[in-house]
Amino acid sequence: MNAALAAIVKRDLKLALRAGGGAGIGVIFFLAVVTIVPFAVGPDLPLLKRIGAAVLWIGALLASLLGLERIFAADHEDGSLDLLFLAPAPLVLTAAAKALAHWIATGLPLVVMAPVLGLMLGIDPRALAAVTATLLAGTPAVTFIGLIAGALAVTLPRSGLLVAVLVLPLAIPLLIFGVAATDAAVTNEVPFGAPFRLLCAISLFFFVLGPIAAAAALRHARE
Amino acid sequence: MTASPPALRSRSRPDNQALLSRSDLASPHRFLSLARVLVPTFAALALVLTGLGLVLGFRAPPDYQQGETVRIMYIHVPAAWISLAAYTLMAVASLGTLVWRHPLADVAAKTAAPIGAAFCLLCLVTGALWGRPMWGAYWVWDPRLTSELVLFLLYLGVIALWNAIEDAGRAGRAAAILTLVGFINVPIVKFSVEWWSSLHQGASVFRPGGPAIHPSILWPLMISAAGFTALFFALHVAAMRNEILRRRLRTLGILAAAEADVR
Repeated sequence: MNAALAAIVKRDLKLALRAGGGAGIGVIFFLAVVTIVPFAVGPDLPLLKRIGAAVLWIGALLASLLGLERIFAADHEDGSLDLLFLAPAPLVLTAAAKALAHWIATGLPLVVMAPVLGLMLGIDPRALAAVTATLLAGTPAVTFIGLIAGALAVTLPRSGLLVAVLVLPLAIPLLIFGVAATDAAVTNEVPFGAPFRLLCAISLFFFVLGPIAAAAALRHARE
Repeated sequence: MTASPPALRSRSRPDNQALLSRSDLASPHRFLSLARVLVPTFAALALVLTGLGLVLGFRAPPDYQQGETVRIMYIHVPAAWISLAAYTLMAVASLGTLVWRHPLADVAAKTAAPIGAAFCLLCLVTGALWGRPMWGAYWVWDPRLTSELVLFLLYLGVIALWNAIEDAGRAGRAAAILTLVGFINVPIVKFSVEWWSSLHQGASVFRPGGPAIHPSILWPLMISAAGFTALFFALHVAAMRNEILRRRLRTLGILAAAEADVR
């Protein structure tokens, strides 16, 4: 079973990184979102420094939405989704493996890029470390929420916008505690650990709920 | 699909339980005859109770702090309750779709969504109108307000999913899963005023130690809430009836087209 799951992760990573996979586009989009903010609010470094963590979170959240609608739709189109149903691993774990591969290909590069973009916004090193840690804990959960939406929209031809509309309300708690933890690291009014642990708890919750709901949605879509 | 022995068993059940059987084809038919009685009854109840609640609300004394603006509450609070109750009804109906496969469950879930969204919007708008004179702002980013806004977004998401999938059965099951996932937000709305420091009032009616509202204001509120509940059910049963008829028309249309094709 572990071999089957590892094979799924490896296959999805290969597909994402090769031509047409679109793994790098999320990072470019992240860069573009962060770039347009100083045009909108003015190149005022003290202001950008204050809202920088929030800008990084919004950019990463929006970039994480890209490609979620393709998680299962591509497999549905070429028929490999039927084979995944027959695979030795339970469908719930197969779905989790696909989400993991999707996050490694699209989410992890965002986390790696965040400190670089943070420098452009003038965020100080302490806050930069905090925002990177919260993104590392939070962006996988966005992918796992998106797994549900991707499974619900598996048979739809143009579902990118629908998936975004379904995912964003559910991702709000992650944004709240992600930004709260970063603020805590800067102001020291509350310890960094308190909101950060809540963020991790919400992430863990969606790691469980996401694959279960996605597997149920896929089974019902086949009927 | 799983085997269905319970459905076969239900054929021998007494008549009054037939509505609850899993895939009894008579069930939508029975519902339609029931709706002929329920819709006018609920509509009449809604008219009388809401009217009475509003009249009593206008004759109730003004609040010692809020003055006349307290009267917005007779609409705002029942609308908020219904917005939560309608989503809860949708979640139960979603279980009915996924677990018991009741033929009316997805009709109930689908038709409750726009009505619940309307009550949710009514709650947000009346709250904003009250907030301007009382808090000095139409909107504040407060836990209760924000979670109610998220509830509105979830309603819109469910409606969007229903509209995105053409096949009714498939759309129903997808929307059911989304509704159940989104149900996490309902307790968050309910307890937001207790978990976080909120500008919004805490629970004042259903709380340990009895209501914290004077009877002269509480009574019109409860009557108005009963009226809003009747209004919701009148609209919901009527919408369910329309949806059943709409699906029948669609099936008849497909059958007629198939017949014409054979000829």
